[in-house]
Amino acid sequence: MASWHNGQKSRDARLEAGTKLARGKIVAARDAARLLEAVLRPGDRVCLEGDNQKQADLLAVALLSVDLTKVNGLHMVQSGIVLPEHLDLFDRGVAKRLDYAYSGPQSARIATMLFGGKIELGAVHTYLELFARYFIDLTPDVALIAAVSADRDGNLFTGPNTEDTPTVVEATAFKDGIVVAQVNEIVDAVPRVDIPGDQVHFVVKADKPFFVEPLFTRDPGAITEMQILTAMLAIKGLYATYGIRRLNHGIGFNTAAIELLLPTYGEKLRLRGKVATHFALNPHPTLIPAIESGWVEQIHSFGSEVGMDEYIRARPDVFFTGPDGSLRSNRAFCQTAGLYACDMFIGSTLQIDLNGNSSTVTTSRVAGFGGAPNMGADARGRRHPSGPWLQAGREADPDSPAASRRGRKLVVQIGETFGENNAPLFVEKLDALGLAEKLGLELVPVMIYGDDVTHIVTEEGIANLLLCRNAGEREQAIRGVAGYTDVGRARNKKAVQCLRERGAIQRPEDLGVDPLDADRTMLAAHSIKDLVRWSGGLYAPPSRFRNW
Amino acid sequence: MEELTFHHTTRRRAGGTKRMAIIGVVASGNLEVLAERVLTDAECRLDIKTAAEGFGAVWSAVVTDFVERHSPGGLRFSINDGGAHPDAVSLRLAQAVRMMEEAEQ
Repeated sequence: MASWHNGQKSRDARLEAGTKLARGKIVAARDAARLLEAVLRPGDRVCLEGDNQKQADLLAVALLSVDLTKVNGLHMVQSGIVLPEHLDLFDRGVAKRLDYAYSGPQSARIATMLFGGKIELGAVHTYLELFARYFIDLTPDVALIAAVSADRDGNLFTGPNTEDTPTVVEATAFKDGIVVAQVNEIVDAVPRVDIPGDQVHFVVKADKPFFVEPLFTRDPGAITEMQILTAMLAIKGLYATYGIRRLNHGIGFNTAAIELLLPTYGEKLRLRGKVATHFALNPHPTLIPAIESGWVEQIHSFGSEVGMDEYIRARPDVFFTGPDGSLRSNRAFCQTAGLYACDMFIGSTLQIDLNGNSSTVTTSRVAGFGGAPNMGADARGRRHPSGPWLQAGREADPDSPAASRRGRKLVVQIGETFGENNAPLFVEKLDALGLAEKLGLELVPVMIYGDDVTHIVTEEGIANLLLCRNAGEREQAIRGVAGYTDVGRARNKKAVQCLRERGAIQRPEDLGVDPLDADRTMLAAHSIKDLVRWSGGLYAPPSRFRNW
Repeated sequence: MEELTFHHTTRRRAGGTKRMAIIGVVASGNLEVLAERVLTDAECRLDIKTAAEGFGAVWSAVVTDFVERHSPGGLRFSINDGGAHPDAVSLRLAQAVRMMEEAEQ
């Protein structure tokens, strides 16, 4: 007789084993490793919550110290590989296989471990894609998550960094999995319920608050004149030209420069209220001057940012906040918003090839893609029209009848032709290709496919790939903004001139951008301290960004 | 330290009447450009002192494009380079020409 309740039986056995260490749902921090030994089985799929910001660090340390005879060969399915412990698990043999989305701070070590065969790699996903697989073929058996506080029933308050938690818990708790939460404190009543208690099985109180990484703070003091020039080209040649109101910004210095130029250069161009009014965006500190100057109507966030809590609390008309007044973020919803409800994604990358494919994977760094592939992709399921979307569709396909023509999302790659350590932004062959060959991957880890990219902006100008009619034209348009990199110097000058006459390449002088405006005095804030001043003292930057 | 000199004939004289302009700073990854209106209208000259040796071909390409895009007839440029990227060189040269376009005070 077939049983239809194997999952429930397994869950009940795990619960029973774990409950021996708990009082109610509460487990002491010193018993965390024993709790994990009780609820985990060898080969389990485990989500060890590593978000962009919020890290279940106590549970990571506990998992690292389990008895290997009881727990081993785990399959980690988590969006962020952020803490050293996330990789130590593979060194020690606690975990074997990995499916993930982003590995920023560990990008160098993860590359070494992949090459060394320490990690069996499933795939490098985009966030939304990994979340989707949580509900189909990568459902966690156990989720180890982080929250700010819990009550005795297990109701959780995540604080402003809700991020991935509701998605991870939904997939785990409703498919007979076990959810273990680490919290900073246990309280009588949580400020708001982000995760209902009946979805949480165990709560461990940590001795110190979970680790949060300030990923989205860019010091205005480090923005270069070249980034300012490139940002001005984007504002005048894209934001103004297409009238882009709904958008997502990447996390680099180029988009930080754009944010700081809106209240100055953007104001000069009389663009306030006409562009950049609605964002899918983490609360970037560099957006404070634009918010304070009345540019921004609404922001929905993937997660929060260190130091922005009080500012957000004081600007509820702009941000999504809970009844307790603090930010409510949600990565899955914000990714969906960026995919379907934004007309432009603009962000930086490390390498772009002659087809316009781009990747942040290099032979020494496997940073993962996070949200970029969803932000930077045309949503084929989109059905609502908007000005920029229709205009881009018209440029790509001028001959089809307007009423049945698909629009296009603007997907913009922005950067200087030479990046850090003189590395060229443009290459004949992506390093990602070499990595795929070396690791025997079936699929090259491309971040944004060339056929989704609509524009490339460098200090040399804007290449509008929508206006290119074949692969040869695309290649010359890309070479035509590649500056003095080898790719740029190998351009066909005549073809590039031809593309410029058609507007497929626009130089600063074509757009009326004065090189003398490429000056740091154009930035609305010149330092982190200026951002604090703009915020009326509400922004509290982390100490590493303070020099006063 | 390497010294390079480039001479070009130009299509037209640089705009404006300013006699001299200076922009940028000598620092690592940056450069200082001094422009002076001391030549005949149909020529320009660039004297470069650079900390980075062996980049003559890139300098030649940057200078050729610059002359073609901005036609800085009559100007002599003296450049002290602290190993700036070519994109920074292009920007500084364009800025120097823009400053010379202004009227003499």
